Amino acid sequence: MRHDHLITSKQLTREDIETILDRAAEIDADPSAVADRHTNTLLGLLFFEPSTRTKMSFETAMKRLGGDVVDMGSVESSSVKKGETLADTVRVIEGYTDALVLRHPKQGSATMASEFVDVPLVNAGDGAGHHPSQTMLDLYTIRENAGLDDLTIGIMGDLKYGRTVHSLAHALTNFDAQQHFISPESLRLPREVVYDLHQEDGGAGIREHESLEEVLPSLDVLYVTRIQRERFPDEQEYQKVAGEYQIGTETLEAAGDDLTIMHPLPRVDEIAPEIDETDHAAYFEQAHNGVPVRMALLDLLLSDDGAADRRGGESDE
Amino acid sequence: MSDDHNHHDGDDHELRVSKIRSGTVIDHVRGGQALNVLAILGIDGSEGEEVSVGMNVPSDRLARKDIVKVEGRELSQDEVDVLSLIAPDATINIVRDYEVIEKHRVEPPEIVEGVLSCPNAGCITTSGEPVDSRFEVLEDGVRCDYCGTIVRDEIASLIDT
Ligand SMILES: [Zn+2]
Repeated sequence: MRHDHLITSKQLTREDIETILDRAAEIDADPSAVADRHTNTLLGLLFFEPSTRTKMSFETAMKRLGGDVVDMGSVESSSVKKGETLADTVRVIEGYTDALVLRHPKQGSATMASEFVDVPLVNAGDGAGHHPSQTMLDLYTIRENAGLDDLTIGIMGDLKYGRTVHSLAHALTNFDAQQHFISPESLRLPREVVYDLHQEDGGAGIREHESLEEVLPSLDVLYVTRIQRERFPDEQEYQKVAGEYQIGTETLEAAGDDLTIMHPLPRVDEIAPEIDETDHAAYFEQAHNGVPVRMALLDLLLSDDGAADRRGGESDE
Repeated sequence: MSDDHNHHDGDDHELRVSKIRSGTVIDHVRGGQALNVLAILGIDGSEGEEVSVGMNVPSDRLARKDIVKVEGRELSQDEVDVLSLIAPDATINIVRDYEVIEKHRVEPPEIVEGVLSCPNAGCITTSGEPVDSRFEVLEDGVRCDYCGTIVRDEIASLIDT
């Protein structure tokens, strides 16, 4: 990888993605081999929005590489409360650490923050924007279960607000993937995401549907996201659509035997608990993959090559 | 640098907008956009600038066009680039001593910085951070480099004044 920062999955080529996934697979196979790769390395965790899992996953990843983390604490107790800009916060914390992970409620915050720092910065979610490390663990899970080429994937649920969905869809345009987007009319993919997807892969592999039925039998992977009650103007509207997008054992009668079901979690009632015990369920595995994938990302961003580039060494970019 | 077509047009609007001695004439602005042109240039008359504006005057090239003449000011290339967003057909005449000494067509830039403000309330550039807005210019609109929001219509309403 020749990137100093990981801001969006759009910045990654197929080669970059494969480098990350291959490294994650190596680490997954033998985590002890990298246990002291980044001793004395400090990762700064800047979470302006609560996200226990993503934060713990990065924290675990850094510690498993032999490093440690520092944390700004909750937003309520930090200087943010006193009105400090994000630009100032990242410039201060940059001085303490070797890399930064940022979660912030505003779209574009990671791009902006990266313009103020020289240490590598990983976007761990910028509002409705991007969440590329989630995408990498999603891709890793897809590759392990179904392969990334000649893939038919259904992405279902709240496609309008789901940044994990947008990020994943962009990344998949690098591969030979048919993408079916399944959602209620009111939660369709934003038009600008569709615009980009068409730009990126000629649009050949993009279809939108309101019902799962017609595409389910053809799917290798079904990626389910939560439809949030609060997105609907009234409860009745929600009830009308909610049932249609829940997966139960009876739903799966029409599915292929090899269908892999994924979900970024937390789930509420999108996937019935009976599915957990079947071979279709990959969502807990998906969550666990967060650690080796983030170890791979941090390792690549903190590796000597990357550091040399940051110090003004040769870079192709 | 000149052609008969423009001379003809020139005579036509001479009647409506007075000649300037030195400065810039922005011609072939789409009808109704002249005030936005002034907004983009940050000209509101409060500095005492001498400005003449003709709006919705007949034109050969555009059915109706606006024309803006600014006395004593020559536009920079940056300003001309940004003008292209709302006045893609504009011609810019730089005048010295009543003579047109340069004439250019506007050319859309790849990026416009610090000129438009992002309409997305969830965008970091609207949150009091020390950054200029930055938009990529698309074929049919502009896109915020930070949050990705695309604006196709009403670009003029984003002008940061
Ligand atoms: Zn924006």
